Amino acid sequence: MSGVVKPRVEHPGLPRNALGLSRRAYEGGMSTLCAGCGHDSVTAAIVQACFELSMPPQSVAKLSGIGCSSKTTAYFVSGAHGFNGVHGRMPAIAAGASAANRTLKYLGVSGDGDSLSIGLGQLGHAIRRNMDMLYLLENNGVYGLTKGQFSASADLGSKSKKGESNDHEPIDPVLLALALGATFVARSFSGDKEQLVPLIKMGLMHQGFALIDILSPCVTFNDHEGSTKSYAYVREHLQTPIAADFVESRREITVSYAAGEAVSVEMHDGSNVLLRKLDSSYDPTDRSAALAYVQERAAINEHVTGLIYLGEGRRHFHERHNTPDEALNSLAFDKLCPGSAALERILSRYR
Amino acid sequence: MHPTDTQDPDYYHRVVDCQWACPAHTDVPEYIRLIAQGRFSDAYMVNRESNVFPGILGRVCDRPCEPACRRGRVEDKPVAICRLKRVAADLRDDIRPRLPTAPAQANGKRIACIGAGPASLTVANDLVPLGYEVVILEQFATGGGLMRTNIPSFRLPAAVLDEEIGYVVEMGAELRLNSPVHSMSALLASREYDAVFVGTGAPKGKELSLPGRDQSDRIHIGIAWLEAVAFGHKKDIGENVLIIGVGNTAMDCCRSSLRLGAKNVKVMARKPRGFFKASEWELEDAEEESVEIVVNHSPKAFVIEDGQLRGMRFDRMEYQVEGGRIISETVLEELVFPCDDVILAIGQENAFPWIERDLGIEFDKWDVPKVDPATFQSTRREVFFGGDAAFGPKNIIWAVEHGHQAAISIHKHCTGQPVGERPPRGVRLQSRKMGMKEWSYKNDYNPLERRLVPHVSLKERFKQLNVEVELGFDLERAAVEVQRCLNCDIQTVFEPKLCIECDACIDICPTDCLTMTRDGPLEELEQRLKAPRRSRDQALYLSAPLKQTGRLMVKDEDLCVHCGLCAERCPTNAWDMQKSWVDIPHAEDEARCRS
Ligand SMILES: Cc1cc2nc3c(=O)[nH]c(=O)nc-3n(C[C@H](O)[C@H](O)[C@H](O)COP(=O)(O)OP(=O)(O)OC[C@H]3O[C@@H](n4cnc5c(N)ncnc54)[C@H](O)[C@@H]3O)c2cc1C
Ligand SMILES: Cc1ncc(C[n+]2csc(CCOP(=O)(O)OP(=O)(O)O)c2C)c(N)n1
Ligand code: SF4
Ligand code: SF4
Ligand code: SF4
Ligand SMILES: [Mg+2]
Repeated sequence: MSGVVKPRVEHPGLPRNALGLSRRAYEGGMSTLCAGCGHDSVTAAIVQACFELSMPPQSVAKLSGIGCSSKTTAYFVSGAHGFNGVHGRMPAIAAGASAANRTLKYLGVSGDGDSLSIGLGQLGHAIRRNMDMLYLLENNGVYGLTKGQFSASADLGSKSKKGESNDHEPIDPVLLALALGATFVARSFSGDKEQLVPLIKMGLMHQGFALIDILSPCVTFNDHEGSTKSYAYVREHLQTPIAADFVESRREITVSYAAGEAVSVEMHDGSNVLLRKLDSSYDPTDRSAALAYVQERAAINEHVTGLIYLGEGRRHFHERHNTPDEALNSLAFDKLCPGSAALERILSRYR
Repeated sequence: MHPTDTQDPDYYHRVVDCQWACPAHTDVPEYIRLIAQGRFSDAYMVNRESNVFPGILGRVCDRPCEPACRRGRVEDKPVAICRLKRVAADLRDDIRPRLPTAPAQANGKRIACIGAGPASLTVANDLVPLGYEVVILEQFATGGGLMRTNIPSFRLPAAVLDEEIGYVVEMGAELRLNSPVHSMSALLASREYDAVFVGTGAPKGKELSLPGRDQSDRIHIGIAWLEAVAFGHKKDIGENVLIIGVGNTAMDCCRSSLRLGAKNVKVMARKPRGFFKASEWELEDAEEESVEIVVNHSPKAFVIEDGQLRGMRFDRMEYQVEGGRIISETVLEELVFPCDDVILAIGQENAFPWIERDLGIEFDKWDVPKVDPATFQSTRREVFFGGDAAFGPKNIIWAVEHGHQAAISIHKHCTGQPVGERPPRGVRLQSRKMGMKEWSYKNDYNPLERRLVPHVSLKERFKQLNVEVELGFDLERAAVEVQRCLNCDIQTVFEPKLCIECDACIDICPTDCLTMTRDGPLEELEQRLKAPRRSRDQALYLSAPLKQTGRLMVKDEDLCVHCGLCAERCPTNAWDMQKSWVDIPHAEDEARCRS
């Protein structure tokens, strides 16, 4: 009998990143989720992405709300900062933390319940404000933690474990984010790390709000026949118009593509996103076309995955508010608190 | 690629590295778990079934299992397998009531075993319970072979030998001491025996023909000298002793010299470290006793003055080594090491002056008998060879395994079955699942380091020749050491039909053994493993295509630590942890399945 602790023993040939760390250094506590939960795979993908990006663990801030998905921030990068907020309020906490210290990478993890029911307003405003963060929405169509009630992302007609049918239209977080003007919108599947890991890396490097809606099956309450979020159903209904590869700034782009087949988009840190069209009619930089495409495919029961939209031109939170480069707690006191004379001057403007 | 056939009895056997490396296939993890439960007698019996002499081997086995041990791949040091065997032997109760006995009715067949070394004793051990009358003919006044005459008593006490040889004799084997066989022809002509097993060892020490060799009686052949020491014929030696050669015999010679009064003992090695034949632990033990090991000295001549041995002349060498091989050598200088005695320990050979060459027992161009490597039969049907006599000097555990195989052959020969048809190995599996996250074996990885065996103090050990140096593990050390075993016989067994490809096992595996990936040619598929394949000694398991994506579950057996986490995290029980028993047939099984 074991209390399930992953032993520290590791493969002696495990690769090391630029910081000399192996992937194991980016792990966290042992998961207490159900065995086989998609969320655990997302955790593993985050570990892999942070390892590949050679992120100093202490440069990451993990934020979450309530739900099985939200619990997972405890299971990766144990050296990171973290805050587990109340239900649906993670975006507010992320906003406050980010405003106070823009040097950290903000990684929010939430669920379809946490984000699309109680936290819908919060999510909407985080997008609208274009907070500089990566928002992972681990989407299983149910409230897993509270034993499998339909969530707001459950598809119309999808069946519960007991056989009841869901008679509400779903909220699709991808459509929501596109509509509200998010500049990085993607969807992926917990069971496809080849796609998910590069997307997480891009999302972390993106400046502004990045949303990845991750279909992440709930193995206990929503993996049955009649569910549209089961492993089997999701696998059968994936559709990927664009393959996106992440090319680190240190690396050269070595893959060669036929003309017009691939476009490269440079990210702010000098890394590149290489986009290869799998469906030639698709243009991931055209927001309204993307909206239409996702809707069309949803009508024929297809989950569009991959990088769906990469937009430019919208200023993010820090640009709009001209926040200082360094963390507020490292500012000299006289800068942080300009004194009563300065306050007097400001107040006089409103008299 | 074709899915891996795990029904092949060798598949899971190979995963149990120690058992696979053990010539007699001792079920090591099973006896280690029994020790952990305090079931020492049971642990002893599991050992005895395969290796017949757990008390002896727990002290002096060559332990091919330890370099193979999986623990040594994820950490510095392997499990102290051999010393745990000794724990079972030291702490067992009287197991005599559990030993097999000769049946009331003999089967009327008589077998002669020549020489009372471990090979012959094993043949007797296996055949007596089947009703054979086994007569062991030994030239000396004691049994045990080289274990008695050459392995010094400070490594292997006589009482341990007596006890374990005694078990075989008590079973009903007839041990005829002081009975050298001078003529195979006469033995066969007597028609007294239905089969003859030659277990006479490799008794001839190699010579070093250098100038001066014949001019002094202070130049000794190692194995003959050790024998003389063991029988009390040699009781002293000069102060300065040179040992030529750096194998295990050399280690016993240098340490014995110290106990006979030598003050300054040097082991002279022709080559650098890394080319030594002696086991690492034997070197350590000798160096602990202040034996100096002098490398890169090639012997040239004995220095004899006034008919007396004064020293030995050497070339000091320099070697260019590349990729573990010597590519060139240079002589730097010539120099003399003074000494009173020289012991030559450069190897031994088998020799059969007492086997006439016209008996249909063929010898090859090196004058060694032609012996079938699977059946141990010679070219004369009723004559079998085993142990060092068969293929030259090896070690005790190989002699035991030869004995087991020869016993099967002798039984087949005596019952009129084709000797070449060997009984098949088998494998049985049984789940170790007790409940959610609960297994009937201790699956947590214990990170503690290898325990050290305590030794008698340097002051005490030289007082008498037979003070056993190693004390064996106490209970406390044994209790830690058993937890270092990774239970390699608790196998990860995969059922592709159940897998929903959720990735849980892939993500949890601490050593990244598992990968789910699309099918492809092996070499290319290997490039897609989650962690690089380091060795081909262990198999790569490939499942049948999985239901949802057609990908394969691939497992590199090399670094699995048998923690069971894959099975613990699998929502569908597609992975299960199952104990494997490898059925290694012995003569008894052969007899049972025919009757
Ligand atoms: C110095 C030394 C140290 C060793 N240390 C180890 C060790 O630590 N661990 C290990 O595993 N192995 C060790 N070995 C090797 C091991 O002892 C042998 O491989 C093993 O004993 C071989 O067993 P056997 O049954 O083939 O023959 P042996 O043990 O050689 O026994 C042969 C027997 O046959 C008898 N005999 C020979 N000719 C006749 C005849 N014509 N008539 C009647 N009887 C005869 C001999 O007297 C002897 O008793 C060591 C060997 C030496 C030389
Ligand atoms: C204010 C508040 N309301 C309700 C709850 C009960 N509750 C806990 S988790 C949860 C839903 C979680 O669903 P989701 O975010 O999809 O997470 P999952 O467990 O499915 O990953 C609810 C409603 C709560 N904890 N707090
Ligand atoms: S870890 Fe245990 S079972 Fe595995 S090879 Fe070592 S001793 Fe044998
Ligand atoms: S038992 Fe399973 S999880 Fe543990 S090391 Fe082996 S394959 Fe990996
Ligand atoms: S945990 Fe089980 S179901 Fe999931 S991928 Fe592994 S074997 Fe398949
Ligand atoms: Mg949910």
